[in-house]
Amino acid sequence: MGTLKLKNISKSFGNVEVLRDISLEVADGEFVIFVGPSGCGKSTLLRIIAGLEDATKGEVIIDGQMVNHLGAADRGISMVFQSYALYPHMTVEANMGLGLKQAKTPKAEIKARVTKAANMLELTPLLNRRPAELSGGQRQRVAIGRSIVREPKIFLFDEPLSNLDAALRVNTRIEIANLHNSLNSSMIYVTHDQVEAMTLADKIVVLHDGKIEQIGHPIELYNHPCNMFVAGFIGSPKMNFFDADKLDVKNAITVGVRPEHIKIDAKQGDYECEITYVEHLGSDSNLYLTHPKLGAFTVRVFGQVAYARGETLHASLLKESMHKFDEHENVITDI
Amino acid sequence: MHLDKKFSHIGRSIFIHTFLICFTILALFPMVIVIINSFKTRKGIFREPLSFPTAETFSIKGYETVITGGDFQLYFTNSFIVTSVSLFFILLFGAMASYALSEYRFKGNLFMGLFLAFGIMIPIRLGTVAILKLMVATGLVNTLTALILVYIAQGLPLCIFILTEFMKTVSDDLKNAGRIDGLSEYRILFTLVIPLIRPAMATVAVFSMIPIWNDLWFPLILASGEEVKTITLGAQNFIGQYLTNWNAVLAALSLAILPVVILYLIFSRQLIRGITSGAVK
Repeated sequence: MGTLKLKNISKSFGNVEVLRDISLEVADGEFVIFVGPSGCGKSTLLRIIAGLEDATKGEVIIDGQMVNHLGAADRGISMVFQSYALYPHMTVEANMGLGLKQAKTPKAEIKARVTKAANMLELTPLLNRRPAELSGGQRQRVAIGRSIVREPKIFLFDEPLSNLDAALRVNTRIEIANLHNSLNSSMIYVTHDQVEAMTLADKIVVLHDGKIEQIGHPIELYNHPCNMFVAGFIGSPKMNFFDADKLDVKNAITVGVRPEHIKIDAKQGDYECEITYVEHLGSDSNLYLTHPKLGAFTVRVFGQVAYARGETLHASLLKESMHKFDEHENVITDI
Repeated sequence: MHLDKKFSHIGRSIFIHTFLICFTILALFPMVIVIINSFKTRKGIFREPLSFPTAETFSIKGYETVITGGDFQLYFTNSFIVTSVSLFFILLFGAMASYALSEYRFKGNLFMGLFLAFGIMIPIRLGTVAILKLMVATGLVNTLTALILVYIAQGLPLCIFILTEFMKTVSDDLKNAGRIDGLSEYRILFTLVIPLIRPAMATVAVFSMIPIWNDLWFPLILASGEEVKTITLGAQNFIGQYLTNWNAVLAALSLAILPVVILYLIFSRQLIRGITSGAVK
């Protein structure tokens, strides 16, 4: 079992309110990702769940039990840190076993659990090394191993991949996904990288300025963002926003169209635009266009294109994929 | 151009080394004089104080007097006890106070840090009279405890000042990982933080140890009894009003240098890392 319930969590540092009235539920075995720009409070929220910070107001409930008064070690959670936070003067084995040793677990069981975790993460040949003798990816695996050994109710990850290089990041991401499949325990993961969020999560929580903007399945957030912030944050490149008047759309203030929902054609289309920049990514291409009336916007095309900067192009926005927003930047769902 | 640069580099390094060598000579001169004269006869000392012992002037009479004659071993043990016990408590309390100051946000944290560091600026000897009164009132005069207590107070400010800065550099994540693994705050300090700032601890140890070992002031005032004399005070036994046994004084002082030099050699590697870390990353 590993369920988590947050009830009206608020947190202030002095006069600065970093979290405002956060309520949230995580079901057993769910992979939940907190995503948001830097400074939105997502790491603070994770620390409050872990018991490393106290909430100013509100309740943290793990498995139906209020844990506000419990220390980090007694909450049945484990945490993987961005900086790995391995104990530099201990071997990998000692690093992984320290928590159990502290809890006075019998030696044989510590050994068995460390061995099992090491096998799972292919760390067995490294057990006698010290963190300084490991590569970044290996250190991150040790950090993950350390949290597996504790057999927690809930795994917490604080931006675990941000210190790894791009190739390793993809590998470790897959490893974490596999881990979630095989352990089947609840995981809460903090990241500012929306690709990680989209690929790993069962449920994404988008945070902004200490508030939850939207909670939902990744595809749901992509298809039905509830406001302009979520619409702009999920999806890459960013959604284009236009003034509704300029597109002659009624009953809305702003209209959002994703770059992949704009059709381009060399000869015909609704808007004649100039190309200001082209990004060739191989599998797809990003075109940056400007139109005298609409302004600048981005178009994403699958495959490779032969267009170059300065050329003229016709763009048409797909009506059925438009998102309409009202004056409070909230989505209008009457379409 | 390239050659010029190289030349100026060599020139600079010659200048720096000349300066350092001069400084070393200056610093070592009195010690060397003490040591070479301790191996000379009385006549040798006064006739040619700067020359090395020759076959004619060589004598270890001073050492014989010191080792066989006086209560030298007792003085030595006293000094050793006072220094090591003081050092232990300075490091222990200093580390604990620094950890609290660097780790916890509480009201008066800044004030507390300044208050504890204030002792660096105000010499403890200014309070000698009050300390003496206090020791008389508590009946601690002529005990090693009196010296140890004073030295702990004397050593703590610098220790806390240095260690607080170093402890701030230990990553929060590491301490938090320890908390999640169920380590108590004490275990986090002793098993995670202290091993990581060992160079700083060594630096503090050396800086605190030398003034304690060399101190003459407080032993003279607080513990001048025969049983509790430290070695610096004990060496004064050989200095009389009319006649001074220079052989013995110099031999005693030479011997007193030894333990500090040995400890320094042990700590020096860590010490250099402690001084340069932070400056050179």
